[in-house]
Amino acid sequence: MGAVSTTAPARSHADTPDPNENYLKATRGIASWLFTLDHKRIGIMYLVLVLIAFALGGTFALLVRLELFTRGRTLMDADMYNRMFTLHGVVMVFLFIIPSIPAALGNFVLPIQLGAKDVAFPRLNLMSLYIYAFGACFAVYSMVDGAVDTGWTFYTPYSTTTNSAVIPMVLGAFIMGFSSILTGVNFLVTVHKLRAPGQTWTRLSLFTWALYATSIIQVLATPVLAITLLLLTMERFLGLGIFDPKLGGDPVLFQHFFWFYSHPAVYIMIVPGMGVVNEILSTFSRRAIVGYMFVAMSSLALALLGFLVWGHHLFVSGMSEYATMVFSALTFLVAIPSGVKVFNWVATLWKGSIRLESPMLYALSFIFLFTIGGLTGLFLGVLAIDVHLHDTYFVVAHFHYVMVGGTVMGFVGGLHYWWPKITGKLYDEKMAKFAWFFVFIGFNVTFVAQFIMGSRGMPRRYYDYLPEFEIFHKTSTIGSWILGFGFLTMAVMFVMSLKSGKKSTRNPWGSAALEWQTATPPPLANFVKVPTLTRGPYDYHLATEEELSEK
Amino acid sequence: MSAEASSVVDPHAAGHDDHGHDEHEHEHPKFLAHHFDTPVQQFESAKLGMWTFLVQELLFFSGLFVAYGVFRSWYPEAFSGASHELNKVMGAGNTIVLLFSSWTAAMAVRATQLGQKKMTSMFLLVTIACAFIFLGVKYFEYGAKFNEGLLPGKYFGHAYDVSSIFPASLGFHTNLEPSEHLPAHASSYFSLYFMMTGVHALHIIVGIGVLIWIWRRNERGEFSKEFFTPVDIAALYWHLVDLVWIYLFPLLYLID
Amino acid sequence: MTTDPNFQLPQQLSTGAAEVDDLYMFVYWFSVIFTAIIVGVMLYSIVKFRRRPGVKAAPVGHNLKLEVAWTVIPLFFIVVLFHLGFKVYVHNAVAQEGALEIRVRGQKWRWEFEYPTGMRVNGEVKIPVNKPVKFVISSEDVLHSFFVPGARAKKDAVPGMYSNVWFTPNTKGPMQVFCAEYCGTSHSGMLATIHVVDDAEFQKFLKEGEGPEPGEEPAAWGKRLYTKNACNTCHSIDGSKSPGPTWKGIWGRDETFTDGGTIKVDENYVKESILKPQAKIVSTFVTTQMPPYTISDKQIDAIIAYMKTL
Repeated sequence: MGAVSTTAPARSHADTPDPNENYLKATRGIASWLFTLDHKRIGIMYLVLVLIAFALGGTFALLVRLELFTRGRTLMDADMYNRMFTLHGVVMVFLFIIPSIPAALGNFVLPIQLGAKDVAFPRLNLMSLYIYAFGACFAVYSMVDGAVDTGWTFYTPYSTTTNSAVIPMVLGAFIMGFSSILTGVNFLVTVHKLRAPGQTWTRLSLFTWALYATSIIQVLATPVLAITLLLLTMERFLGLGIFDPKLGGDPVLFQHFFWFYSHPAVYIMIVPGMGVVNEILSTFSRRAIVGYMFVAMSSLALALLGFLVWGHHLFVSGMSEYATMVFSALTFLVAIPSGVKVFNWVATLWKGSIRLESPMLYALSFIFLFTIGGLTGLFLGVLAIDVHLHDTYFVVAHFHYVMVGGTVMGFVGGLHYWWPKITGKLYDEKMAKFAWFFVFIGFNVTFVAQFIMGSRGMPRRYYDYLPEFEIFHKTSTIGSWILGFGFLTMAVMFVMSLKSGKKSTRNPWGSAALEWQTATPPPLANFVKVPTLTRGPYDYHLATEEELSEK
Repeated sequence: MSAEASSVVDPHAAGHDDHGHDEHEHEHPKFLAHHFDTPVQQFESAKLGMWTFLVQELLFFSGLFVAYGVFRSWYPEAFSGASHELNKVMGAGNTIVLLFSSWTAAMAVRATQLGQKKMTSMFLLVTIACAFIFLGVKYFEYGAKFNEGLLPGKYFGHAYDVSSIFPASLGFHTNLEPSEHLPAHASSYFSLYFMMTGVHALHIIVGIGVLIWIWRRNERGEFSKEFFTPVDIAALYWHLVDLVWIYLFPLLYLID
Repeated sequence: MTTDPNFQLPQQLSTGAAEVDDLYMFVYWFSVIFTAIIVGVMLYSIVKFRRRPGVKAAPVGHNLKLEVAWTVIPLFFIVVLFHLGFKVYVHNAVAQEGALEIRVRGQKWRWEFEYPTGMRVNGEVKIPVNKPVKFVISSEDVLHSFFVPGARAKKDAVPGMYSNVWFTPNTKGPMQVFCAEYCGTSHSGMLATIHVVDDAEFQKFLKEGEGPEPGEEPAAWGKRLYTKNACNTCHSIDGSKSPGPTWKGIWGRDETFTDGGTIKVDENYVKESILKPQAKIVSTFVTTQMPPYTISDKQIDAIIAYMKTL
């Protein structure tokens, strides 16, 4: 794989872009985007694609909840409903959340935070983008060719026997997995090899540490998903017999294989979100993150421990009692590093100097909602309780609290935070706060109702339900409308910013972090002069007034 | 993984970008990408990147090895019996071919490092030839399996007309007897056999593509004593493909 | 002997439910207090430490003791939690000696129960109160999951494997059963009811089997059987599209089969379709496979009576 070791483009003085020019203006035309090697432009293209994916997945969610507003048929029949919730899951997991923070925000910010000119392998980076888009095409093709009705988890034997368009969807996920792996490889090498002078490991931003840990998971876990999906495809296409009891196979083996990737995958989802929180919290408390080393190491601990707990998805699958015990114990262990982060964040607020602008609202929401999500994970880790709660709406609410209340809040918060850096423009702060309010309220209304009906026995993936659950479903659906309204307002706000937003200063938030010390938007080569670092990104007591100036 | 090095500092970095293009050309050889400061940094990055990629390749195969372990523990007699149906001579032959090709790949890297363009091409071509020999042997092995009904899953024990791919003129003829006397669940063995050797063969094919590309670049004079990175990391990939086979061979062919 | 239902949890309909609920409430209160503390400190901070001109944030030092404390104390707590959870789980995992064994077979989309006497029933099962019962579960096709919220019990039904779940019901009356592993079109329709009755009634049922309610007309019983035997998960009665042929107007209807033959729907055809559904497949319904049923002639008669009314 020699993406990097190639001849540098022959440069004539006339057409070489000026490395000091604003990266948005340095080259023009659609080809300059489609064939770019600039990590910033690649990040933006990823951003556009994942936002489209989010809108699509969100639409599926609204349709699911709309169908559930009344008992029996509301809009669609059961087969269509089963496809709706499956597509919601597949699109949100594979097309949106896995790439979201690393590929869209990380691509843009990471090299700048390191003081580098680009990632280690720019052409590989572009290839990752195209691989993602190509995989997404397979997924879209599946959707129009009858879609999938297996749930995003593709459990066998249902997924190997159902009539829906499973293979193109699974192949799409397989292909997109390579995008994730290559991004991980790229980031790992970038962090190791492309740090600016003075950028020691203990001066790295915690966002960098988070992306580093995430990249480790991406590289180690995603190939296992790849082989699982390949085996599933062969089982379906060829009748391989690995998962079919009639041919000597075992359907539960699929679950083990699937979750061996998919559990670490949830740490791919949450750890970058936690990384973003560090950046925002520090800037808007004007303070270093308390317990820097502990927070950095906790990301690595999550990466490691995340590989040991997959069995907690299989507690009632018929697995041996011995195995369930081991996985339950390990599952509790993985709560510790998350707790360490939450405590350190709260300690950072204590005696900080806090400003509540919109990025901070999202970071604070993250801490609150992730705490709830994480604690509800404890319920599920307790074997006796999980027997009751498994495959109920309690689980659905739990993972939405961590993935939406956690990762999406982190993603959206990061988008607000770095929006001026990326676009050179400001957005309307009042509108941002307004949108946040509806997102926050809508989210909680949607999912608290689900916790309650779940523990009361409402199973998940149900097209229809008993009358006793109707009030909870109605409440949850109304919550989804509030949430959707919030996101819609946010979308309008960002579009307005692009059209007519105020120009941003270099450092609108007064941050001490490195990415805010270069021009906004950054020059093509990120820095006019490669920096030599003498302090960390959170060292407010060492930063000069000029560096922190918001003017 | 290469040792963690502090970032390479280009002594001209601080004032570097203020200059015009002329002054930095001499420090920026043609093969050095614009975002790297020195060739060493670029080389180390490429190596680290390739090693990381290889780690994920190992994990990709590990899924199959785990499935193998699980099924073999469930059906030991079936695995043992089925393994005897494989041609040990062909398997061992392929093992030697791949080992030899790993050596020639390493020699190709060495030749580039010594600036020997012709030797590099020669070693690359021999490596590619070995890959084709490997695939050729596999063709004959697969053909035998198809004709003997030694197939995965639900196809096991059935005769299929494959004479268009495996013609009688090349020595293939149908004989279902081997599949008839094997213990139950031998089909699981063959499911894994075809998956594992099939995925491996796909990697060989990709490797052939990569090696041909490297050979062409060498012919165009892109490599030198100072710049041999692509040959190095292509050879690394090839070594992994060989390594996987070293494990596949005893596990599939030599169960007793 | 039920306790009042907690708003969050269903009624405790088995002897083992209370200890699961106690554990749940323990984790719940811990979570509430923990969250309240975190939120409390956060809210306090954003008010008390809001940015003021001239006031700097306090410098961040090293507080190793604090870091270790809030790493180790949660560790201690989770060890306690694991231990408690493990105890209850093990207690509920191994069936009591002498439990009544009932075989459960899940199939898209019905639950079939088989008693030790060999009698099979669909969609409903009667068990005696205050006696342990062990359900031995398997699937005939894809994954299902046997979920009884009132007993806090759940186990996946896996093809090719037996799994089991047991409990002692402590309240007479119905216990809802759900399928809790997604299994296709009518996953949400794959319901069943466990009727907990006193021992005398249970013994009578074992001897005499299923029948209509006293005074129930055959067609009315047939209508009940339509839901109980999960015919409703595949056959609509209003003409709307369903995985199997609609029963609206079915009696005397002409059906065409995949082998080209035709028939007018009559008693023999209905009986054959129930006992040996794969014998004739209506040509427009090739993809869904109806599972065979083992039900009495009396039940078939009642179903036929019901069909005639549609």
